[in-house]
Amino acid sequence: MLDLLVPTTAQGLLWAVMALGVYITYRVLDIADLTVEGSFPLGAAVAASMLSAGYGPIPSFVVAAIAGMVAGVVTALLHTKMKIPALLAGILTMIALYSVNLRVMGKANLSLLGTDTTFSIIRKMLSLNSAYTTLVVGLLATVLVAVFIYWFFGTEIGAAIRATGFNQQMIRAQGVDTDVTIMIGLLLSNALVAISGALVAQSNGFADVGMGTGTIVIGLASVIIGEVLFGTRSFKNSVISVILGSVVYRIVIAVVLQLGMPPNDLKLFTSILVAFALAMPLIKSKFGSKKVVG
Amino acid sequence: MLHIENISKTFFPGTINEKRALQNLSLHLKPGDFVTVIGGNGAGKSTMLNAVAGVFPIDSGKIIIDGEDLTKQAEHKRAKYIGRVFQDPMLGTAAGMMIEENLSIASRRGKTPGLGWSYSNEQTNKFKELLKELDLGLENRMSARVGLLSGGQRQALTLLMATLKKPKLLLLDEHTAALDPKTAEKVLTLTDKIVSRDNLTTLMITHNMRDALRFGNRLIMLHNGRVIIDVEGEEKKHLQIPDLLTMFEKASGDVMANDRMLLG
Repeated sequence: MLDLLVPTTAQGLLWAVMALGVYITYRVLDIADLTVEGSFPLGAAVAASMLSAGYGPIPSFVVAAIAGMVAGVVTALLHTKMKIPALLAGILTMIALYSVNLRVMGKANLSLLGTDTTFSIIRKMLSLNSAYTTLVVGLLATVLVAVFIYWFFGTEIGAAIRATGFNQQMIRAQGVDTDVTIMIGLLLSNALVAISGALVAQSNGFADVGMGTGTIVIGLASVIIGEVLFGTRSFKNSVISVILGSVVYRIVIAVVLQLGMPPNDLKLFTSILVAFALAMPLIKSKFGSKKVVG
Repeated sequence: MLHIENISKTFFPGTINEKRALQNLSLHLKPGDFVTVIGGNGAGKSTMLNAVAGVFPIDSGKIIIDGEDLTKQAEHKRAKYIGRVFQDPMLGTAAGMMIEENLSIASRRGKTPGLGWSYSNEQTNKFKELLKELDLGLENRMSARVGLLSGGQRQALTLLMATLKKPKLLLLDEHTAALDPKTAEKVLTLTDKIVSRDNLTTLMITHNMRDALRFGNRLIMLHNGRVIIDVEGEEKKHLQIPDLLTMFEKASGDVMANDRMLLG
């Protein structure tokens, strides 16, 4: 049981960083940002390329995060300055990033076999096994990111970004440029997604140009599962919920795979899960009104 | 104070829906003027307010506040000078944020947000005092999300937010139209109290002639995108609804046929 739980939880934490990125766009800004499908493998590609070139983990994370920020800014400019609907702006950046990622890596798949990664270094340092190393790194990354997000959205800028998501007219009337707040939100979100991509690539031991497929759905699944199970009473509560949601999502996946679901059906399963969760308010109200009538 | 010089705005120009909302409208406000604005549907009342607030660019003319030409300034830049309350109670506040957070955002109106903590205990105490004056019991619900408040409570809060940092100009766009009569009266009284206490230069749109006569030191009526009636001071004080109707017919060559304005 523990054999399964530790690596599953660890994976959940690595992906939680991405889920927090999706939370910033989907919940805080109220934008479904598909850029993440491209910025996740972008972070992976940048980190893997830099590690292969011998730059070491910290510079690799920094450059991966900056690459993610640039991707977010591109989407923000397409949306705010060129007036392209947010969903389409994200799709355009995502598609463009596919080519960018191939250029960054020079090929479709970059192996990190024999390269020193964050995980191999920490594993040697603490002399742990692979699963516990991932858990330690995941825990460290998630806590750092969560504390940063909690601090940032408590600041004046953070409050302005949250208000932008609720009511753009209100925050403009208070003197805030919503083009800027949307840009900061998308920048931050995609930086986190790229960092998560860099973490996952190092944990898997390779970066692949196709590893971003379904990122948005996994992110949404984590956000929604977390909110339903662990609540949204306050901002702090929501952030913790998203992290736990990501872990629960991984556990659910591990369990259904153990029960014999073919791995190829994983994305179909996730999509159905998210579709149900998104339709939940409607299903509940239909069910509720029938009960009143009957 | 506020100078609106010959502004024009046409929506959907060159299409079948073309609407000439403002036609060379001019209006000059003295400091401390509390002007009530009336006019039928489509007269250009809201368009005038939105033009001043910078919601859209105008086709021609100038908008000047305290000698500064704001005509080309973006909406968020003008917010430094202008406090606004909208007709829809949902529009003035961020529903998912706490009362305290909404107020702290409003306390920084026109200031570029920084990385300081968004609200402090010191502020909270000041906000509590101000909320107490509204007499709606909101001072005990500082951490409640604004979405939980009633329309009247939200509108009173928006009014407080618009005036928290004293604006050079206060724009009220039928801010009591969506409220029930009793709540509307309460919010109007509060408006009058705040405007006279802080001596705010104010433009208040109302569809209710009685309110337009009751409040403010000056009254204007818009028709087809122009100011057709402008009375102030003693003359306004003695004005009655029938006088307004006669003035309207004389100025526009039209008969007032707007139940909402007559009966409201």
